[in-house]
Amino acid sequence: MKIENVIAVKDLTKRFGAFTAVDHISFEVGKGEIFGFLGANGAGKTTAMKMLIGISKPTSGEATVAGFDVRKHTEEVKKSIGYMSQGFSLYNDLTIQDNITFFGGIYGLKKTAIQEKSKLLIQDLGLEKMANKLLGALPLGWKQKVAFSVALLHNPKIIFLDEPTGGVDPITRRQFWEMIYREAHKGITVFVTTHYMDEAEYCDRVSIMVEGKIAALDTPKNLKEHYQVDSMNQVFLKLARNIE
Amino acid sequence: MKRFIGFIKKEYYHIVRDKRTLFILFGMPIVQVMLFGFAITNEINKVEIAILDHSKDVTTIELSNKIASSKYFEIKEFVANEESIEAAFKKGRIKAVLIFEKDFSKKMMTEKKATVQVISDATDPNTANTISSYIGSILLLYQQEINKDVLISYQIVPTTRLVYNPELKSVFMFVPGVMTVILMLVSAMMTSISITREKELGTMEVLLVSPLKPFQVVLGKVVPYIFLSVINAVIIILLSIFVFKMPVQGSFFLLGIESILFIVNALSLGILISTISASQQTAMMLSLMGLMLPVILLSGFIFPLSSMPVILQLISNIIPAKWFIIIIKGIMLKGVGLGYIWKETLILVAMTLFFIVVSIKKYKIRLE
Amino acid sequence: MSISLDNISKSYGKIKALNAISFEVADGELFGLIGPDGAGKTTLFRILTTLLLPDQGQATVAGYDVIKDYKNIRNQVGYMPGKFSLYQDLTVAENLNFFATIFGTTIAENYDLIKEIYIQIEPFKERRAGKLSGGMKQKLALCCALIHKPQVLFLDEPTTGVDPVSRKEFWDMLKRLQQKGITILVSTPYMDEASLCDRIALITNGKILEVDTPKAIMAAYPTKIYKVSASQTYQLIQDLKTYPETHSVYPFGQYMHFTSNKTNFKPQDLIRYLEEKKHTDIEVIETVASIEDTFMELSK
Repeated sequence: MKIENVIAVKDLTKRFGAFTAVDHISFEVGKGEIFGFLGANGAGKTTAMKMLIGISKPTSGEATVAGFDVRKHTEEVKKSIGYMSQGFSLYNDLTIQDNITFFGGIYGLKKTAIQEKSKLLIQDLGLEKMANKLLGALPLGWKQKVAFSVALLHNPKIIFLDEPTGGVDPITRRQFWEMIYREAHKGITVFVTTHYMDEAEYCDRVSIMVEGKIAALDTPKNLKEHYQVDSMNQVFLKLARNIE
Repeated sequence: MKRFIGFIKKEYYHIVRDKRTLFILFGMPIVQVMLFGFAITNEINKVEIAILDHSKDVTTIELSNKIASSKYFEIKEFVANEESIEAAFKKGRIKAVLIFEKDFSKKMMTEKKATVQVISDATDPNTANTISSYIGSILLLYQQEINKDVLISYQIVPTTRLVYNPELKSVFMFVPGVMTVILMLVSAMMTSISITREKELGTMEVLLVSPLKPFQVVLGKVVPYIFLSVINAVIIILLSIFVFKMPVQGSFFLLGIESILFIVNALSLGILISTISASQQTAMMLSLMGLMLPVILLSGFIFPLSSMPVILQLISNIIPAKWFIIIIKGIMLKGVGLGYIWKETLILVAMTLFFIVVSIKKYKIRLE
Repeated sequence: MSISLDNISKSYGKIKALNAISFEVADGELFGLIGPDGAGKTTLFRILTTLLLPDQGQATVAGYDVIKDYKNIRNQVGYMPGKFSLYQDLTVAENLNFFATIFGTTIAENYDLIKEIYIQIEPFKERRAGKLSGGMKQKLALCCALIHKPQVLFLDEPTTGVDPVSRKEFWDMLKRLQQKGITILVSTPYMDEASLCDRIALITNGKILEVDTPKAIMAAYPTKIYKVSASQTYQLIQDLKTYPETHSVYPFGQYMHFTSNKTNFKPQDLIRYLEEKKHTDIEVIETVASIEDTFMELSK
């Protein structure tokens, strides 16, 4: 069904001295797909993602993101992606409106475009009354939702999410996933890095990295069937154990 | 006691493993002493002056020559009258003008007294002061020379007598100041940071939920830094003796004891700061703004207290550094014993006790 | 009772962090405090470990009052704060030794208790704590919290940010500690960890929603729950939300958890509705409620 590949990775490798953090990984992600990129701490998923968003140079191998070579066209890559993580989100000491204006400006949006988009964004989230309050006053889950919307301001083709919903309350968390589904439905590719296996359950396909290599790549359903278990958590435990 | 020793051991590990801080701790005193000793100085060198000589007689010419031949002054011009003095100053190069009154030699012979007026450019008050004293001392030397063979002494006014540091070596004045500043900095800042660091890292939470008593934590933080600061004090004193040939007139033992007293004083102040500040940053700001500046400005280290407004003079009394500078100047330059500085010592002891008691009282047994 | 709270409240300025919290934890119980970030879990832990004073209410730990007898409590409990709270510049062995010393004991004295955990990190005992992996840090922190053989162990979000393998190992360790008679109060934002506890309290916005065994909580779910899937996930959510018989619909991984507002709800009706909306690969299967379903239903 998904023909157009938005991310294509072939034999991507990153070495730090004698240590190989990412070891010849290859995969493709289609347009509008929600792709889960899983792995334990230190399995190499952060390093791999840094190469894809153009802030770390691969040692060898190839990767194109939104049709641009991550090695040669890093600026174009950065323009066509959005990024949101738990660590880096928005400024707590700015109002919601200020945050939107600021990040819109960073991505080179015109003043009128920012006004239009921020109005829409605030409406969508139902935050009309809060727009001029400090972002810090919002609960964590809401901040994440605002951050997600802000990361989409410049109409990226792909959005990278780093552990987007860890610690968020269950209801807000589901509202967040509904937003992700909505964007995917519009054709935006969603790349989720996480080590929370219940986040993995929401993805169309997941890859699991173990010690720098991709140990498994399939839909959550197929993976669970293959390992004859009923949660991604157990899939992960089985995989990690096999390696040990 | 075992708990306490365990705590000190832990502190010791923190200190020796933080290479950067350790470098600053020991590098700073050396750099500071060198800086103050060599670069920043109150000494004057070839200052350009003018002379207005109303007498032009034997004595004034001889005096002018004496001044011109000293390495401190250079006579740039001889002005003709009072009116041209201002013009000379305005040209900007001349820092002082000497005016010999009329019939200088005659007055000296008949009235046994003659007057030299020194007008100095007080835009830089420190230099102006120094110039006056230097000229004063040259006049004094001359006076002693001519008075040698005569029974009735001749006087040249004004005279300034310079004692204890007759060569006016500024490094001698600075060493006590630098030592005070560094001990204050190392002791107060380092300890204040070390307690707030535990708060920031979250380890304070674990320490609180343990049977450790407040005084064990507070003293456990102080002890290792006493040791470090003593080493620092020794480095500074050795530097001043061997590099700057500074004499230590009084007893080394007393100097040591007084230094330790001051170190403990600064450490307890550091602890007090840390118990009231929540983050390392606040502690750092408090130590820098609240301690460093007053220590430098109000301790009499750089600016003489006697020339300050009464209010500042009063405030200076609550700054421990002021008392310590009096003490170590006394010991190092004057060679006095405890008999002369017991009052200052007592003040430091009282302040220290005050800081420690308040710290222990203020030390929070909970997170709020 | 190892822990008992009666009507505990605590505010920070205008924000009510805890609102009249009451529950009890029996001796030797493994009790879970389950709730999202900002629910008040850490505040509650800090009150019980005598780090904060409650605004009102009473609480005892190991029979001691948290306000009056704070010194006794500090001798008797082990506490592992949410943030990694060991000395990063000290080695594994030095950290452990330090905590043993300040509690007036030695590693040798209580080695039995920590042995199982400690042998896993012993090969790295000369390594600085800051250089350990997340899972190993966790184990070291647990050893340090246990070294004085506490009666009650407080673990504030021990598994946050830890990968699934280490998380599983950690829970296995807790089970074994429980068998040694230690009462454990553990908090977590992960609903899937709830089933590993003897009893749990669900907490959100400073209020307790429910206290019971995980099984009883799941069984008490008021209505039948169905998992629904179709090929177009986003469209499915939208259509389920507009379905007149819908009570709640929440994404759960690849499925939607659906409950109806009608007591005589028939799955066939829903299937027909979805077919009308042009969905394909439709599945509607009855399923059992999870802790998360209950949590959402209660906090709605």
